Amino acid sequence: MEALISLAVKAIFVENMALAFFLGMCTFLAVSKKISTAIGLGISVTLVQAITVPANNLILTYLLAPGALAWAGFPEVDLTFLGLISYIGVIAAMVQILEMILDKYFPPLYNALGVFLPLITVNCAILGGSLFMVERDYDLAQSTVYGISSGFGWALAITAMAGVREKLKYSDIPDGLQGLGITFISAGLMALAFMSFSGVNL
Amino acid sequence: MAQTYRSMLIDPMVDNNPITLQVLGICSALAVTSSLKVALVMAIAVTLVTAFSSMFISVLRSQIPSSIRIIVQMIIIASLVIVVDQVLKAYAYEISKTLSVFVGLIITNCIVMGRAEAFAMKNPPFASFVDGVGNGLGYGLILMLVGFFRELFGSGSLFGVTILPTVNNGGWYVPNGLLLLPPSAFFVIGLLIWAFRTWKPEQVEEREYSIQAVEAH
Repeated sequence: MEALISLAVKAIFVENMALAFFLGMCTFLAVSKKISTAIGLGISVTLVQAITVPANNLILTYLLAPGALAWAGFPEVDLTFLGLISYIGVIAAMVQILEMILDKYFPPLYNALGVFLPLITVNCAILGGSLFMVERDYDLAQSTVYGISSGFGWALAITAMAGVREKLKYSDIPDGLQGLGITFISAGLMALAFMSFSGVNL
Repeated sequence: MAQTYRSMLIDPMVDNNPITLQVLGICSALAVTSSLKVALVMAIAVTLVTAFSSMFISVLRSQIPSSIRIIVQMIIIASLVIVVDQVLKAYAYEISKTLSVFVGLIITNCIVMGRAEAFAMKNPPFASFVDGVGNGLGYGLILMLVGFFRELFGSGSLFGVTILPTVNNGGWYVPNGLLLLPPSAFFVIGLLIWAFRTWKPEQVEEREYSIQAVEAH
């Protein structure tokens, strides 16, 4: 249990998806102009991440890993090279299913998330989460915790970034730095601030 | 044809750079730039994937029904990335370890999808191939520039060859450790964008608000 909590804290703060691994940067920079949209996107990412990482973990353990197909009578088959294509397929399918469920049962949330849901398929943070899960050999419990907390960490980062940018637009910035340039530099400063968590040990 | 092949190849380098102007493909780019060698491998991998995925998608463009085009594009891109990943694992295992998940993340690199969607779906195969190469090179250019600054000033070497002998090895250069840490990539790219836009003022974004002097009464 303690190990899981420390994994969660690590995934949210120390190894923040956006600020330590630069994942989901395109959306991070493009959709962080307003706090309200940033929160909507953050929630959708957390939701999708919480579902896809454990789902991909199951697929890896029971279909792809060496010897995983023993239950079907193929103990020597190793399908790990199909990993990338199956993860992205699972992500695309999950996003589609989530979209349909939200549309049917939670229309207000669906309307609030709007175009962000389909965009999440190509968000590197989601695929990155699954790939890190594979690389670090998480089991099912660990990957559930990792999925939720890494998604939450990303949501935290984009919300904070949107807060900074809402104030930033009033400031007098040199012409060349206007827009994208200053956004990069503020993201860098935020990443520096997040690095101060790296000493945290639980 | 409105654009020549030459301009298709050269434009994405400076005038329409995927990173500094189109804001595409920043995701997986920044983490791999702490040394030049890794940045070079990444740049080559992305250029190849972009070029070939654009070409294949363009070949199939009149057969792909538009309602499932994203999935078809994804599958083509994912298959190419698997090839790249397997080749790297076989012939450059060390680099493949350093790149870790970032090879896989080429799939969700917005440059590849962006060019497939914006260019390859409307243009013939060869033009799409050239466009893919051009955009890959534009991405590679920024990657190499960032890698150059980070490796030279962060560890005093280029491609692992010592250029500025560091204090630890009996030289005179005190390396700037900050440049090896992730946040520095943001600063270097931010400053690069500043430099690019000072050179090409037409790329400057418009202000949402401007500060005006108010006359005193």
